[in-house]
Amino acid sequence: MPRIRASDGDLSVEMTFDRFRTRVLAGVQGSHLRRAAMVLLTIGAGLLPFLLSAANAQTAPLKDIPTDGADNLLVLIGASQVMLMLPGLAFFYGGFTRSKNVLNTMMMSFFCLGLVGVLWVVIQYSLAFGTGFNSPFLGGLEYFMLNGIGGPLGDKPLAPGFAISAPSFVLFQSMFAVISVALISGAWVERISFKAWFWFVLLWSLAGHAPMCKMVWGGGFVGPYGTIGALDFAGGTVVHIASGVAAVVGVWIIGPRTGWPDNKRPPHNVPFILLGAGILYFGWFGFNGASMFAAKTAGFPFLTTAMAAAAGILAWTMLEWFLDGKPTTVGAATGAVAGLVGITPAAGFVYVGHSLVIGALAALGGLIAVRIKAATSFDDSLDTFMVHGVGGTIGCLLTGIFAVPALVPPEFFPKSAEILAKGGHFAMFIAQLQGVLFTYLWIGIATAVILLIIKATVGLRVTPEQEERGLDSVAHGEEAYDPMTN
Amino acid sequence: MKMITALIRPSKLDDVKEALIAIDLIGMTVTDARGFGRQKGQIERYRGSEFKVDFLPKFQIMIVVSDDKLDSAINAISNASRTGEIGDGKIFVISVENAIRIRTGDKGEIAL
Repeated sequence: MPRIRASDGDLSVEMTFDRFRTRVLAGVQGSHLRRAAMVLLTIGAGLLPFLLSAANAQTAPLKDIPTDGADNLLVLIGASQVMLMLPGLAFFYGGFTRSKNVLNTMMMSFFCLGLVGVLWVVIQYSLAFGTGFNSPFLGGLEYFMLNGIGGPLGDKPLAPGFAISAPSFVLFQSMFAVISVALISGAWVERISFKAWFWFVLLWSLAGHAPMCKMVWGGGFVGPYGTIGALDFAGGTVVHIASGVAAVVGVWIIGPRTGWPDNKRPPHNVPFILLGAGILYFGWFGFNGASMFAAKTAGFPFLTTAMAAAAGILAWTMLEWFLDGKPTTVGAATGAVAGLVGITPAAGFVYVGHSLVIGALAALGGLIAVRIKAATSFDDSLDTFMVHGVGGTIGCLLTGIFAVPALVPPEFFPKSAEILAKGGHFAMFIAQLQGVLFTYLWIGIATAVILLIIKATVGLRVTPEQEERGLDSVAHGEEAYDPMTN
Repeated sequence: MKMITALIRPSKLDDVKEALIAIDLIGMTVTDARGFGRQKGQIERYRGSEFKVDFLPKFQIMIVVSDDKLDSAINAISNASRTGEIGDGKIFVISVENAIRIRTGDKGEIAL
């Protein structure tokens, strides 16, 4: 209970609040944004007690098993594949923008390998998968600098029931952390300052991605050990819905590109888009397939991943062909990504027939969402929410409808298996819906708070003149294609 | 001396080059260009956004000839690049004040 001294104005709660209001919020122009900031901060402050007090759910007992070579290798190769998705994403996004912004667009993805990579091993892994805070929302600080992870030779298993080494898991998850935040960049290209992006990446990794990891995969509130009991095989919520929702909140706060929508341009390099999508497809085998953490049973998630991509390509191009008369390469590339997004929460929980449906519906949902957006002036520039948000939502919900009980063993997914056994697919669908809505809520608030703080301090955008000049030169002092010097 | 600027279909560049070489006009400058006259553009669609692309790819050939070679040059270019369809292009003729060869300093028609 803060001491309120009526005579000494400096220490009263009201004065502190006033100082906060004038210094932080005054930087936020627009009364509606200031009001929104107040509401969000109040909600966030209200949630704070939950972060620190609630206890973990009971975990089912699993046996200690030694690290297995094949299982470990799967995860190491998977980690390498997910890493490759970062340059893949850079090409996928880079091809869409104007050539004067391509390096900045690619840098926003590639740089995350640096910033989030280091952040992950320093503290983010601990916040995501530790237990020190004894909270269902945030991990702990005990794994600062990966303290003790893997033992002296690095081959100690991750946890009872897992035959992979702890360092492999840390590396694998680090690439998820990198790409989760990198995906958001697509919605904010061609106008966000790189300084703002730097701080956003840092803060969102800690306040957005790490808690989501804890809640969904780290035995926390949302996942199969927690209150909600939702299933997320490889990141439908943690990666795709999170990045999609963050993207949309950011577009609302950052605003559209100057002159939008009158200055729409076609992509400057469609071959890059195709190259990027191809690399992403390859990487997704690791993203989903290696998330089984077991080599013998990885066949299903590899297969469902490929088939969802196939269904996505087919569905998007067929619908495009029907609507416009021509199937496009951009459509095929996007359809593949949409299908892959959809199968991400489901990959190891469903059979191949389900994956075809999931891939097709995620792609169709994405195409419809993209068309709706194109008819408005909402500038989610590279359709991050339309593909990842919509596709992730569709995939997460369909996971509830299609989850095969045999693929949801109660030793690893106690709450989810219980929901499936007692209430069937309808109950599982409800649990998925709760998980999805909670993700929207948490990420929406966290993103808004972070962006408003950045807006009030270093600012979010470059000036309209700098937008016109091009961010490659403004932010990086570089030109992408053959500057006309000697 | 006259400068001929010809805007032609990209597919006709080799034919025009061979036709000019055949009448002893060796040397030309080619630029990538985009343009339109009466030729219609097309609609391009990317992720649900439509773009009307009016500027079509062309090549711009620039060649400077002496007055006595002007007509044969124009004929060579026209015949080599004509298809009969809208979009064949145009040729413009401009008077040139002087021409200088940088290596030797030659001036006038001997520099061509």
